Amino acid sequence: MKLAIASGKGGTGKSMVAANLAFTLSRTEQVTLVDCDVEEPNLHLFFPTPAIVTEVTVPVPVVDENTCQHCGLCSEFCQYGAMTVLPDRVLFFPELCHSCGGCMLVCPNEAIHEEPKRIGTVAISSPLPNLKLISGMLDTGNPHAVPVIRAAKQEAAGDPIVICDSSPGTSCPVVETLDGCDACILVTESTPFGLHDLRLAVDVARRLGVPAGIVINRSDGKDQATLEFCKDSGVEVLMTIPFNRDIAAIQSRGDLLCQVQPTWQNAFNALFIRCRALGGGN
Amino acid sequence: MKICFTAKGATLDSLSEDRFGRAPYFIIVETGDGSFEAIPNPYADGAGGVGPKAAQILIAHGVKALISGQVGGNARDVLITAGIEMFTYSAGGSVQDAVDKFNKNTLIRS
Repeated sequence: MKLAIASGKGGTGKSMVAANLAFTLSRTEQVTLVDCDVEEPNLHLFFPTPAIVTEVTVPVPVVDENTCQHCGLCSEFCQYGAMTVLPDRVLFFPELCHSCGGCMLVCPNEAIHEEPKRIGTVAISSPLPNLKLISGMLDTGNPHAVPVIRAAKQEAAGDPIVICDSSPGTSCPVVETLDGCDACILVTESTPFGLHDLRLAVDVARRLGVPAGIVINRSDGKDQATLEFCKDSGVEVLMTIPFNRDIAAIQSRGDLLCQVQPTWQNAFNALFIRCRALGGGN
Repeated sequence: MKICFTAKGATLDSLSEDRFGRAPYFIIVETGDGSFEAIPNPYADGAGGVGPKAAQILIAHGVKALISGQVGGNARDVLITAGIEMFTYSAGGSVQDAVDKFNKNTLIRS
């Protein structure tokens, strides 16, 4: 079972739901929690444990100026403007390069080879006996989150239960996180902004063919607009977490709701059962 | 000498465009006889990396100077390497106004 946790709007409680779900399930099953919010990973704050860190690299082209005839084919091919060929030299912009390898393929003079470039890290730890935590972390200043997310997910390949905590938004990092998941939880809050972004997130999940259910967090009981949207668009509300000072205090200390108030484990176990059903019983 | 102005349209009456890589047109003026050529920018709506690609258009046309509102870092690197001088015009007037100010030497080199 591969489950993604996304939201659209930021700050709705994705990591809170992911951490508590993983903690609860790990009491009875082997769970892998993947922090795919590689620009700002935070799950390790709930599970502070020493980790084994490996580098994530992407291949980037290196031009041999002695062999290069400055024909410009690589520059014409590159859709991202990463290669600029001048009459006597080639300018390469690594932050524009998407590591497709096309420039190397089209070069008629074999003047281009690839070398690895570090863009981030993946940290793996075992904070609890049945819990494996994988945290992707993009290096500061690097624009390409997707390869780091892919590397983090790859470390979870074949694991029985995988929970992928997404970044907010609906762009490439979220698409990469959702890709290949059996189901996804969209965490929202009952504000106009929360609902606006929830609509976008539901649309993304639908286009990717990933069945989605909703968790309403920080509910003040006035969830009518969100409930109506869920009903109209045929998405199930899987769980509602109340707007509650005690929960906020637990969360802000970096503690786990399900550990401090163990009765919440029932709700999170039930949430997972509903997600399993959503994902077709995988 | 060929100099390039970024423009919203294809004529000298068109408004100048502040952006370089996403300018709808490049108007290339031959200072010798005042003749001009308007080149539609194929990268105006591009997703990314448009600056260096637009700079290559200027290189291909043998442009020696660029007059635009602002030029991004990557495009600037290419233009400097190619020896193309840059001048700032962001008064929001027509291309003709930019041409006049360039000819009077009142534009600031950027």
